[in-house]
Amino acid sequence: MPSEKHSENLVPQISIRNLNFYYGKAIALKNINLDIYKGKVTAFIGPSGCGKSTLLRTINRMYDLYPGQHAEGELIVDGKNILDKDVDTIELRAKVGMVFQKPTPFPMSIYENIAFGVRMHEKLTRNQMDDRIEWALTKAALWGEVKDKLKQSGTGLSGGQQQRLCIARGVAVKPQVLLLDEPTSALDPISTMHIEQLIHELTKEFTIAIVTHNMQQAARVSDFTAYMYLGELVEFGKTDDVFIKPQDQRTEDYITGRMG
Amino acid sequence: MNESQHVSSQFDDELGGLRTQVLEMGGLVETQVAAAIDAYSSGEIGSVKQIVETDRKVNNFEISIDDGCAHLIAKRQPTASDLRLVFGITKIVTDLERAGDEAKKIAKGVRRIYEAGQMPSQYGIGVRHIAEAALIMVREALDAFARLDAKLAEKIIGADAEVDVEFKSIVRQLITHMMEDPRTITTSIDIIWIARAVERIGDHAKNIAEHVVFIVEGRDIRHPPKETKA
Repeated sequence: MPSEKHSENLVPQISIRNLNFYYGKAIALKNINLDIYKGKVTAFIGPSGCGKSTLLRTINRMYDLYPGQHAEGELIVDGKNILDKDVDTIELRAKVGMVFQKPTPFPMSIYENIAFGVRMHEKLTRNQMDDRIEWALTKAALWGEVKDKLKQSGTGLSGGQQQRLCIARGVAVKPQVLLLDEPTSALDPISTMHIEQLIHELTKEFTIAIVTHNMQQAARVSDFTAYMYLGELVEFGKTDDVFIKPQDQRTEDYITGRMG
Repeated sequence: MNESQHVSSQFDDELGGLRTQVLEMGGLVETQVAAAIDAYSSGEIGSVKQIVETDRKVNNFEISIDDGCAHLIAKRQPTASDLRLVFGITKIVTDLERAGDEAKKIAKGVRRIYEAGQMPSQYGIGVRHIAEAALIMVREALDAFARLDAKLAEKIIGADAEVDVEFKSIVRQLITHMMEDPRTITTSIDIIWIARAVERIGDHAKNIAEHVVFIVEGRDIRHPPKETKA
């Protein structure tokens, strides 16, 4: 295949080793081993309850907020196991940002929605902050639509715009990784296309992991695809291979719609 | 290859319907090729008209199957084995349709020779031999598709090389013939056209077999790198 001729150097941004995750006593992730590569989009697909969102929530320790949930194993970001107790989760979440299924703008102005997170991590002058807001909104392909109404409330935007605002908020703190948990499932097709285009643009600077129920979306936006089932990683490979010739029968049955 | 059922039984019906149509179309092409070879060896040119008419049906199948594939892609966005099947089908019908065209060329060539008062089988005995080999290839390629049998498909690909070699020897034989007796040139050229059409039918059968391997195994085995000659 031509693409193999210019095989690129893949650098792991996140290395997941022997990861188990528990909701109380129930095991939700079983011995996951996987690399999420730098500057690439990795899609997680699988039926509801397969553990893909759990895996995503583990990567920035979102589960810390819930007692009784815990993870074992290694999740290496920047040479550090972020599951260790001494990890500063505020700092981690600046490095690994997250966007959720439903847009979650804060009930404040568009400007403040973005500035809020930046202030937690950096001291910027007024001018620097203005520049950062413009930069983040431009990255999220929203600047043109909101530049004249930055003082208006973020909740007054359309669903698709709100979701791009959340992405702008995520990128404003200059993370290394963006986690997207079904970012377009509440959006109309055109807004979805905007977000997909944006994902493509963002890979120039960020590593992206996306959970999606939309198989065609995974095929369109990702470089690598992981298929999960019942808490296990069934198959991980280049998206082009997974959607043309999956190696595992269970992946084949899921993506062709044969699973009863 | 995935033989289990989709959650959507309508999807199964649509894919199954396409496969059935390909086999019906293949059946027609096989009949065309067999009839053309019969005409060549028996001198019975009554079937020529029939062969030409069958070609129209084959063409209609090509249009209808391609249309079905386009609709299925638009509606279902097939992936993995389903995608390979649909993609393979659109390629197979192209090769089938062309094989049908070649059968028509053979039939017309045979008619020209008879109308000139000649008997084709007096020339190039080998033509009948490769024609039968090509017919078997077409039949087996359709079998391989029906059963999604990649092993059988690979066997057919090997058979094509023999047809190609024999075709070259027929051409050499006819050239000698023409040099010895220039009065045979017109008919000899027609025979070469016929042999050429037969050889092309073998090629199309081989292509179909290659598509079957892709459908079943996801391997594209066309255009393998040339082995370096010793």
